[in-house]
Amino acid sequence: MQTRLYSKKSISIRKFLYILPFMILLGVFAYYPLYGWVYAFFDYMPPIPLSESPFVGFKWFHSLVENQVKVDQLLQVIKNTFGMSGLALLFSWLPMIFAIFLTEIKAVRFRKFIQTVTTLPNFISWVLVYSLAFSMFSSEGIVNGMLKQLGLTDSPILFLQSSDHVWLTMWMWMTWKSLGWSAILYIAAIMGIDDSLYEAAHVDGATRMQVIRHVVLPSMLPTYFVLLMLQIASFLNNGLEQYFVFQNAFNKENIQVLDLYVYNLAMGGGSYSVSVAISMLKSLISVVLLFSVNGLSKLLRGESIV
Amino acid sequence: MSDSAAELAPREPAHRVDKKMKFQVSAADKFMTVLIYTLFSLFALVCIYPFYSIIINTISANDLSAKGDVVFLPKHIHFQNYLDVFKIPGLGNAALVSLGRTVIGTTLTVGASAFLGFMFTQEDMWGRRFWYRFTVITMFFNAGIIPWYLTMRSLHLTNNFLAYVLPTIVAPFFIILVKTFVESTPKELQQAASIDGAGTLTLFFRIMLPICKPILATVAIFAAVDQWNSFQDTLLLVTDSKLYSLQFILYNYINQASSLSTMVNLQNAGSTAMASLATKQTTTSIRMTVTIIVVAPILLVYPIFQRFFVKGIMIGAVKG
Repeated sequence: MQTRLYSKKSISIRKFLYILPFMILLGVFAYYPLYGWVYAFFDYMPPIPLSESPFVGFKWFHSLVENQVKVDQLLQVIKNTFGMSGLALLFSWLPMIFAIFLTEIKAVRFRKFIQTVTTLPNFISWVLVYSLAFSMFSSEGIVNGMLKQLGLTDSPILFLQSSDHVWLTMWMWMTWKSLGWSAILYIAAIMGIDDSLYEAAHVDGATRMQVIRHVVLPSMLPTYFVLLMLQIASFLNNGLEQYFVFQNAFNKENIQVLDLYVYNLAMGGGSYSVSVAISMLKSLISVVLLFSVNGLSKLLRGESIV
Repeated sequence: MSDSAAELAPREPAHRVDKKMKFQVSAADKFMTVLIYTLFSLFALVCIYPFYSIIINTISANDLSAKGDVVFLPKHIHFQNYLDVFKIPGLGNAALVSLGRTVIGTTLTVGASAFLGFMFTQEDMWGRRFWYRFTVITMFFNAGIIPWYLTMRSLHLTNNFLAYVLPTIVAPFFIILVKTFVESTPKELQQAASIDGAGTLTLFFRIMLPICKPILATVAIFAAVDQWNSFQDTLLLVTDSKLYSLQFILYNYINQASSLSTMVNLQNAGSTAMASLATKQTTTSIRMTVTIIVVAPILLVYPIFQRFFVKGIMIGAVKG
């Protein structure tokens, strides 16, 4: 008995030892970067190492609100972040509608084709999206070529260098890339709808739109709710790549979201400490947001989302 | 679980209802059908046309494509561009880097996801619940790119190939996929094997790994696409041009294609065959040809593996 207990314990430990190397990797690449936040409390100027940099406490956090120029700049960045995340939030129902109407198509081959083609852009990188955008919309691009041939314009329209409607065009590229893919979850939800519901609706003489409104839509709302909550939780995380590749001297003011601003400050301007300070605030607010929506979900639906 | 995207969407109910109601189909319904077909066709066209137009431009006369004249069909077809781009120094090397990180990175990620997904189902493992949470929770926070950059630099992972493949080894989302899959297999399999005296590792390699093949294929496809498309890590961590990936080099080319086209043309000036305007490299031809080379693997792989992508997101949705 004694020996069996001992061996059980040792098996348990040995199994842990198998995964230990992976947990160390995770520690290094997911948790250790949090240590990078200490740079926010030092006056770090490369190449002088952190150990020799002076400790400045909350200086950089204060500096964010001290100087009017900086305040204005940060406000513009926050405005961009809110504008672009807000637009995405406003149209967050699009994939759901996409799925509803896609499943209304009865020609299987056509539907399959549409689904394959509209999902494809999700699998190319932002650099490639930018390259496609450049080929289509640059001054020598295909769209300008077409417009010129049709005699609609004399001089090329500078779509990509324009500082107008940047939020909208960024939202459109985002939608182009991800709409078809995002719809898949909803298509799965539609697939899960019980046949008897359709039959009941039919018996009651429901029209096509009535079936959509009273049968299909309600059964997708749980999925929509969860995705909406997750989207709110990542409100500040627009990501860097899309805005980085589309950024240029003309649209810079309207395209800089927090992630890009932080990058530009550090890698462009060398202000690592300020950049880390903003990063840190952003991450903390994001975690608070996540807990909030999780709490909200528990309150409204009785289950957590994470 | 359905096997392909096609089987996902509307099933019988819609058909049945319509057959029975055939005589009742209203004008509004007909209008809606036409509207749905038109809108989806348009969106599909918007999704596919950019790829199509670039492909036809790369095989058309370069002087015409530079003016934006090639719109619907290729004009004066030639394949000189695809021979010429490989004269750009660094492109071949970047292709090797991208291929290398995709093969090595994917192998490591798939192996680790399989092993960890399996291990997290082992209820007698010490601290199983804690370590599982320790892993999954990393999906919901990150330190930010600059703190990440600074710590990676302190670990000497700048200008280092390892920076491409090490951070992606432990991937929580993939681990969840595998774990869900393992949990759906009959428990008796594992029990029978352990009674026969198989240890944890034997169990994993002999029993679970072969069973998990379908889900591992899904993970492999996702991981490979992620690796191939990765751009941000090169941007932040790499300054050594020998380690540039194709994505990064494409980004550079979009911004400097004019000097590259001049260079290729100078190289070609030596050989007498190259004189025609149609095959002379332009900013546009270089940029578009490199774009197609970078996107080609995705375009080739995507139609074949689409069902794996769909499967992946569905399993993830159930559990994640």
